[in-house]
Amino acid sequence: MIRSHVLICGGTGCTSSGSVTIHDLMEKELEKAGLSDEVKVVQTGCFGLCALGPIMIVYPEGIFYSAVKEEDVPEIVSEHLLKGNIVERLVYKDSVTGQHAKSLQETTFYKKQHRVALRNCGVIDPENIEEYIAKDGYAALGKVLTEMTPQGVIDEIKSSGLRGRGGGGFPTGNKWQFAANSVSDKKYVVCNADEGDPGAFMDRSILEGDPHAVIEAMAIAGYAIGADEGYVYVRAEYPIAVRRLKKAIEQAREYGLLGKNIFETGFDFDVHIRLGAGAFVCGEETALLTSIEGKRGEPRPRPPFPAVKGLFGQPTIINNVETYANVPQIILKGAGWFSSMGTEKSKGTKVFALGGKITHTGLVEVPMGTTLREIIEEIGGGIPNGKKFKAAQTGGPSGGCIPASLVDTPIDYDNLIAIGSMMGSGGLIVMDESDCMVDIAKFFLEFTVDESCGKCTPCRTGTMRLLEILEKITSGNGEMEDIARLEELCNYIKSASLCGLGQTAPNPVLSTLRYFRGEYIAHVKDKKCPAGVCKKLLSFSIDPDKCKGCTACARKCPVGAISGKVKEIHVIDASKCIKCGACMSTCKFGAIHKG
Amino acid sequence: MKLSELASIKERMKDKVALRDGEKANRIVVCMGDCGISAGARAVLNTFVDSVYGAGLADTFTVTQTGCIGLCEFEPIVEVFTEDGNRTTYIKMTPERALEVVEKHIKGGTVVAEYTKEGAAR
Repeated sequence: MIRSHVLICGGTGCTSSGSVTIHDLMEKELEKAGLSDEVKVVQTGCFGLCALGPIMIVYPEGIFYSAVKEEDVPEIVSEHLLKGNIVERLVYKDSVTGQHAKSLQETTFYKKQHRVALRNCGVIDPENIEEYIAKDGYAALGKVLTEMTPQGVIDEIKSSGLRGRGGGGFPTGNKWQFAANSVSDKKYVVCNADEGDPGAFMDRSILEGDPHAVIEAMAIAGYAIGADEGYVYVRAEYPIAVRRLKKAIEQAREYGLLGKNIFETGFDFDVHIRLGAGAFVCGEETALLTSIEGKRGEPRPRPPFPAVKGLFGQPTIINNVETYANVPQIILKGAGWFSSMGTEKSKGTKVFALGGKITHTGLVEVPMGTTLREIIEEIGGGIPNGKKFKAAQTGGPSGGCIPASLVDTPIDYDNLIAIGSMMGSGGLIVMDESDCMVDIAKFFLEFTVDESCGKCTPCRTGTMRLLEILEKITSGNGEMEDIARLEELCNYIKSASLCGLGQTAPNPVLSTLRYFRGEYIAHVKDKKCPAGVCKKLLSFSIDPDKCKGCTACARKCPVGAISGKVKEIHVIDASKCIKCGACMSTCKFGAIHKG
Repeated sequence: MKLSELASIKERMKDKVALRDGEKANRIVVCMGDCGISAGARAVLNTFVDSVYGAGLADTFTVTQTGCIGLCEFEPIVEVFTEDGNRTTYIKMTPERALEVVEKHIKGGTVVAEYTKEGAAR
C-alpha cells in the first residue's frame, strides 16, 4: 500500500527545467530500491514558484524541495523515502526570512495567498479524473442539475459578484443572464483560452493543472443558459495544456460527465477544442468567435453582443479560463463565501503572473484588494540584485504602469482603472531603476503594431504612427511637440478603434506619460536616457582621474573604439563605439561612465 | 453516471489523496535508519501502512518514517504520537506485534505496555 506521495510539477515552467526527466528517474530509482509499491509519483500542475523549478513535494510530511537535479534523485530515494531523513540541502530556503521552509505552506510565497482558481494546481494529477472527483470535482455540476433551476444558477453567480477575469471585468452573472434571456433553440458556451498578453500564463497553468474545473464550469454555464455545446479556444503554443485538456474531455465523456443525459437528468452537454494560431486579436471575443467559425480572426462591431448573436449567429457566452475555474467553487460553497473575499466591487481572488525584475517569478493568487507592495515585496520576494522598484506593468499591452508612489494601492478592477492601468488577464511585470519607461512603452507598441489585425484605420495606422514618434524620441530626434502629438494621437486611437485591441493599445504610452513624463522630457530636451537603456542616447567616456591604463577595456572592445598605451589614459572614439557596455563591465577601477 | 456513483468514486479516492493533506495529528513513526532496516523495520513499516490505511484511517493517522533515533539496540523502534500529546515508544517490533498495536492501540486506544521500552524493562 502507498505510504508516500512524491508530487513533481509538470507545468510548462518546470517541464522546461527538466521535471519530466526527474519524474522518470524517480520512478526508476524507486523501482531499484524496491519502493514502487510504497511510494507513488504524481505529476501535477503548476505550484506557482516557477523560478525554482523543478519543484518536488513529498507527502505526508509536505517537504518542499526546489531546483531538484537528476543527481539528487537517488539521494532523495535512499535517504528520505526509505529512511525518513530529509535532504536538508534541497529544502527550499525562504528568500524573505532566510529560513529553510519545510513545507510549501510555511513559505512567505504561500502564506498570503488564497487559492480558489488554482486550488487543485500542484495538488492533483490533472490527467486523472478520479483525483479531481476526490477533491469535490463534478459535485457542483451534480448540484446544479439536481437541485437548482437555471435561473437559480445565474442568480448565484450574480450575487457572488464574480467579474470576468480575462480583462474587462464585466459581471459574469449578467453576461449569463443576457444569454439566457435570448430566445433560440441553439446556444453556445465558449471558453477563451487564447491567453496572449506577454508575461501572462495563469490560464495555461489552470488548463495544465486543473482542466476538469473548466470543463465542469462550462457544463454548469450550459445548463444555466440552455446550451448543449461548448468550445474551448486555446492557443496551439500551449501543447501541454492542449494535451491535458483533450485527455480531460475524453475522461469526462467516458465517465458520462459530458455527453447525453448527464447524471440522468436529461441534460446534454459536450465540449470541443479549437486551436488558435496565436494572433493576439483572437483573444478579443468577436474575433475569437469568428476564428472558431473557421474564418479569418477579425473583430466586428458590437452590438450585437455575443450573448445575443455570437458563435454561428447564435446566443453565446464567452468567459475566460480563470473565470470558469471559480464557478464550481461558488456553486459548492455559495455566493456568500465568494463575496466575503475581496473589495466592495471586486469580489474573490485574482491570479497574477509575476515576471520581470522579481525574485519569485511565478503564479500567485491573492484576494482582491491586496496591495502591490504585498504582492511584490512579500509574496514575490522583492527585487533581486538590490535594485530599487520603479514601476509595475499590469494588463500587458492593454494596461499601464503603476509607479512606486502608488505601490500601496489595493489592487482591484476599479482602482487600477482609476490610476490609468487595468487588470487585464493579470500579467504583472515588475521593473526596476534600470528600466527606461519610454523604452517599455515602445516595446508594447511594437507588439500592438505587429498584432493589429488591420481591419480599422485608427488601430492599424495610428499605432504605427505612435511607434514612429516613440522611435524618434528614443533615437534622440524628439521635439517637445512630439509629446503633445503622442497624447493627441493616443486619445484619438482610444476613441475611434473598432475593438479592445486598438482601444487599449495607447494605454502603455498614456500611463508612462502620466507618471514618467520627466523621462520623456529628458529624452527630448536633454537627449539623455536616465535609465541608460536607449542606445542612441548613450555615450561612454573614460574618467582620466580613475583610468590606470591597464588596457583591459581596449582589449575587450569588440570594435576597437578604445585607444591608449599601457599605463596611459585611454580614450573612447564615440564615432566607432557601438555602446555595448563591455568596457564598463570589464573596468576594475570604475573609470568608465555611461551617460 | 448517477450522482451516487460520483459519490462512491469520491469515497474510494478520498483515502488515496488524504496523504496530500499533510501529516495528521496522530502519527505512527517507524525508525528506518540503517540499524532499523537491518533489524527488519521495513516489514514493520509496511504492516503499519497496510493495516492503518487499509482500515480507512488515513484521514486521522499518518504512518511515516524517520532516521536513527540513537537507540539502535532496541530496533525496530516505532513511536506513536497521539493528538492528546502522548508519545509511546515501542521497541523490538515485528509485523505481528505491529498488527497487535494497530488493533489495541490505534483502533482501541489502549497502549500495548509489554512492547514499550518501559514495559520490556520491567
